[in-house]
Amino acid sequence: MCLSLPARVVAIEGAMAEVSVGGAVFMAGLQMVDDVTVGDYVLLHAGFAIEKLKEEDALETLRLLQEMDDAISE
Amino acid sequence: MRYVDEFRNRRHIAMLAGMIVKEATRDYTFMEVCGGHTASIHRFGIPSLLPPQVRLISGPGCPVCVTAARYIDTLTALAFSEGMTVTLFGDLMRVPGTVMTLGEARAEGADVRLVLSAHEALQLARENPGRKVVFSAIGFETTAPGTAVTVMQAESEGIDNFFVLNAHKVMPPAMEVILREGVHIDGFICPGHVAVITGSSAFDFIPRKYGLACVVTGFEPTDILTAVLMLIRQVNSRSPSVEIQYRRAVSVAGNIKAQVYMNEVFESADVEWRGLGVISLSGLKLRGTYRRFDASAFPVDLPEAVAANGCICGDILRGVSRPPDCALFASHCTPDHPEGACMVSDEGSCNTWYKYHSHE
Ligand code: SF4
Repeated sequence: MCLSLPARVVAIEGAMAEVSVGGAVFMAGLQMVDDVTVGDYVLLHAGFAIEKLKEEDALETLRLLQEMDDAISE
Repeated sequence: MRYVDEFRNRRHIAMLAGMIVKEATRDYTFMEVCGGHTASIHRFGIPSLLPPQVRLISGPGCPVCVTAARYIDTLTALAFSEGMTVTLFGDLMRVPGTVMTLGEARAEGADVRLVLSAHEALQLARENPGRKVVFSAIGFETTAPGTAVTVMQAESEGIDNFFVLNAHKVMPPAMEVILREGVHIDGFICPGHVAVITGSSAFDFIPRKYGLACVVTGFEPTDILTAVLMLIRQVNSRSPSVEIQYRRAVSVAGNIKAQVYMNEVFESADVEWRGLGVISLSGLKLRGTYRRFDASAFPVDLPEAVAANGCICGDILRGVSRPPDCALFASHCTPDHPEGACMVSDEGSCNTWYKYHSHE
């Protein structure tokens, strides 16, 4: 039950969003997150979006992994 | 960016595993305290990627597993009460109470219903004004803000047949109890989704007071392996701190809006953890005007506590024992017939061990 999953916002109606986790659709309360728009990814936990996922930071994490990998392969 | 496959890159997994082997120059034990981490670690076979001197052990981070039998008994009694409906998350259905599980209560005619969220429980209350609807609120900082939002919603709509049997808990005090009890670990894989709400700063006391390494991490394999590498580096350089690996979701300050909701509705309280006993200020209780939603005010008859059945969930939750140390493990206690809460939930240590190791 403590699972939180990345979910894509498909539609927004007032304080609720329809979100998709790999195709399965759930409802998520948006009360805890600001400025969410369709297409954003949020963390879905027990029917609420608990945070908006930050693409820039995700890309930075991946860039660091690639850098480490490149350094080793050299 | 889908936030999943990108962090399961096989090349990166192999690279990180190689670096861990290279940099692990002594014995290390790290504890993960989030049930989601326990599940990920075994699902992705992380232990098989680590050298033998790097050990991962599980702590008290599965909310179902730390729920006291008394709580199950109270829910069961409420569900049998005239005019009452009890709503709960799926995992709770099979947790053994003193006499029966909620699933068994339902089979005997108690009004027990599954919900996916607190919203759904409130909706049920709106649709059934003649019934008292009780939401069983379990979970850590990740789940509590959702309960808070829902209670505030009920308050603003003036709904008087919605109640909460609250067992919300907060994680840092439990981590501190484990350290005080002297479990030997070198650092924590800090709970990523608790930290989304609290911020990484909730764990600052651990390096400061106990000199232990901390990394807040995500739930994909490269997240966890990166965290292990970061922890090893903190230990090797003798510079314990709280680092965030899970930057795409976690900040130092956390989700302020969620914190405001939680503080509006809840205040700190001493609560009982299965296996750990009562921990000071480790739980949340409804405050002020919101107390009218408290389902624990309903009088119920509870069964007498019975002697333990040999389940050692408590030791497992404290990191003192591992599931195979339990005499009941995989023989009398299985996911189909759980004797203890740690075997029920997908995030429970015994359940995870059973699924991924019982055939070894
Ligand atoms: S195997 Fe079953 S009985 Fe033993 S500790 Fe785990 S949950 Fe309890």
